[in-house]
Amino acid sequence: MSEQTTTRQDFEKGLEGSSTKVASFDSHNRGLLSRIQHALHSAPAGVPLIVLSASIIIFGLILGDKFFTPFSLTLILQQVAVIGIVGVAQTLVVLTAGIDLSVGAIMVLSSVVMGQFTFRYGLPAELAVLCGLAVGAFCGFINGVLVAIMRLPPFIVTLGMWQIVLASNFLYSANETIRSQDISTQAPILQFFGEKINIGGAVFTYGVILMILLVLLFHYLLNHTAWGRHVYAIGDDPDAAELAGVRVSRIRISVYTLAGLICALAGWTLIGRIGSVSPTAGQFANIESITAVVIGGISLFGGRGSILGMIFGALIVGVFSLGLRLIGTDPQWTYLLIGALIIAAVAIDQWIRKVAS
Amino acid sequence: MIRKMLLAGSVLAAMGALPAQAAGTSACLITKTDTNPFFVKMKEGATAKAAELGITLKSYAGKVDGDHESQVAAIETCIADGAKGILITASDTKAIVDSVKQARDAGILVIALDTPLEPIDAADMTFATDNFKAGELIGTWAKATLGDKTKDARIAMLDLSISQPSVDVLRDQGFLTGFGIDVVDPNKWGDEKDPRIVGNEVTSGNEEGGRKAMENLLTKDPMINVVYTINEPAAAGAYEALKAVGREKDVLIVSVDGGCPGVKNVAEGVIGATSQQYPLLMASLGIEAIKTFADTGAKPKPTEGKAFFDTGVALVTDKPAAGVPSIDTKEGLNKCWG
Repeated sequence: MSEQTTTRQDFEKGLEGSSTKVASFDSHNRGLLSRIQHALHSAPAGVPLIVLSASIIIFGLILGDKFFTPFSLTLILQQVAVIGIVGVAQTLVVLTAGIDLSVGAIMVLSSVVMGQFTFRYGLPAELAVLCGLAVGAFCGFINGVLVAIMRLPPFIVTLGMWQIVLASNFLYSANETIRSQDISTQAPILQFFGEKINIGGAVFTYGVILMILLVLLFHYLLNHTAWGRHVYAIGDDPDAAELAGVRVSRIRISVYTLAGLICALAGWTLIGRIGSVSPTAGQFANIESITAVVIGGISLFGGRGSILGMIFGALIVGVFSLGLRLIGTDPQWTYLLIGALIIAAVAIDQWIRKVAS
Repeated sequence: MIRKMLLAGSVLAAMGALPAQAAGTSACLITKTDTNPFFVKMKEGATAKAAELGITLKSYAGKVDGDHESQVAAIETCIADGAKGILITASDTKAIVDSVKQARDAGILVIALDTPLEPIDAADMTFATDNFKAGELIGTWAKATLGDKTKDARIAMLDLSISQPSVDVLRDQGFLTGFGIDVVDPNKWGDEKDPRIVGNEVTSGNEEGGRKAMENLLTKDPMINVVYTINEPAAAGAYEALKAVGREKDVLIVSVDGGCPGVKNVAEGVIGATSQQYPLLMASLGIEAIKTFADTGAKPKPTEGKAFFDTGVALVTDKPAAGVPSIDTKEGLNKCWG
């Protein structure tokens, strides 16, 4: 309510003499820690970026030349490309306070559709790719309708969809692998995202470039368009968003459909990465993408975090995996450290949230 | 409406009852998964042979590789169902032993297919590929093919998983033995000190894992020229990694399995040689053994000199090496699976 009292109406007489200050935040002497807390609150990708830089420096110091070559550093990008793209899809869903367990399954099914439509039915590969993208978007659309219209919890919906899609994938493909050699001679476009550009030892595959472009695109969409702000608003408080005029159901459906489509793109990239179309690939993509999202400082409770953080999160995992392997440690150490990072990331998220409360 | 449902119900009941009356003997097939082509073929072989011999076959599988609970539930179902015999590829070779004992106590013949139980005599018999020999064949072939260059080889070892399941260890150690490298502890991979080994990486036996593992080893040593792979999907992934750095022509890749895509890869020179195993044969022999057991009570006997019944293995390559028996890819394609 406005603090200004009007004299014409006497029912606000009681306010006379009371404080006329507008609501404001306390700014009593902040310590260094709380200043950091505030800084991180306004720059959610900060923590993962710091961790990423630190881990690159540490591994660089230990490994030296082996690690600090354009080849090794871009190899990390190549190794995280698929998860990075799936991570974009996961980020969108998590920002709406949802979670998508079906991302990996949708990715694999889309890649299988692209391959089988080309080789089983003899469709032109370009058309088969479009069919694969459509299948991915359709799976996402179903997720979206179930969550937004039927009001089922995202966790349950996508848990079910995960199994349905994965089973369809195995049933449809009979778990037959389409070999890399056949694809490269008959339908090279399926391997499009495996093509690479070589710049002085640094190797960028088209898949890596796709990942970077997708992240930048969605960074823009999320921060500078009405749609993007609505996504954040829904994640923060769907009821308030609804009252403010956001078409919550429609935005939710658009988020899940887009997520499905992006997963299909990841499926296309996956073919480029592994060469063949393999129905058993990408089984852990859901967990890996959630890992990237969480380490990237995106809150699982929705409405908070930056998509740039997700990509830093994915890269942290990539740097750890390659770095530790090069040192020659037992790979279990990687899992152990990643696990610790996940818990630390959530703890930091909770701590930063205190600023807002 | 209700009458219709009742009618449908009785028809269903009659259909359910028919096979049970028609066939006196029933058998169970329990595989690790329903989706791995190796087990798909195994099921095909068992189903065909069961139909031929008039045996009722029920198939079960874990949801994923390692799904031990589903396999235990399947064994319990088979006991309750009064099956004569069980064919099983165990996910957990040690933990399944108790359930297998229950089945055997109930008078059921239990045959382990492909994967030996631990201890191996926990089952009545094991029908399997000699995985050590499969590895040894590709190791010997690689050594013979490299000739003088064997002593300067740079070897990448692409294994299955951290947990080192028996098939993983046997193939890996078989390869090294064939290649002439001291395996230190034969029950463990990765403890070898031979400087020619660049490193061991795990692949989960698929293309994705194969590619990543190969990339990691190439960063360790870009001059790798021999690649051992646990199976052909891992080999296909490794080949993609080599292609990415332009070294696919000067590296020798060897593998194990004998699946159709793998044998085609041998024909096209992607893989140098692979050891082929025969899942259809394992399963059909298993069904025959159950039939014999049901008719006469006789249990199958192991191959002479071995603790299991060897279903055979053959080296598939188009570049035969002196002193290593092999079949060409044409014959390999006739016998391949998946």
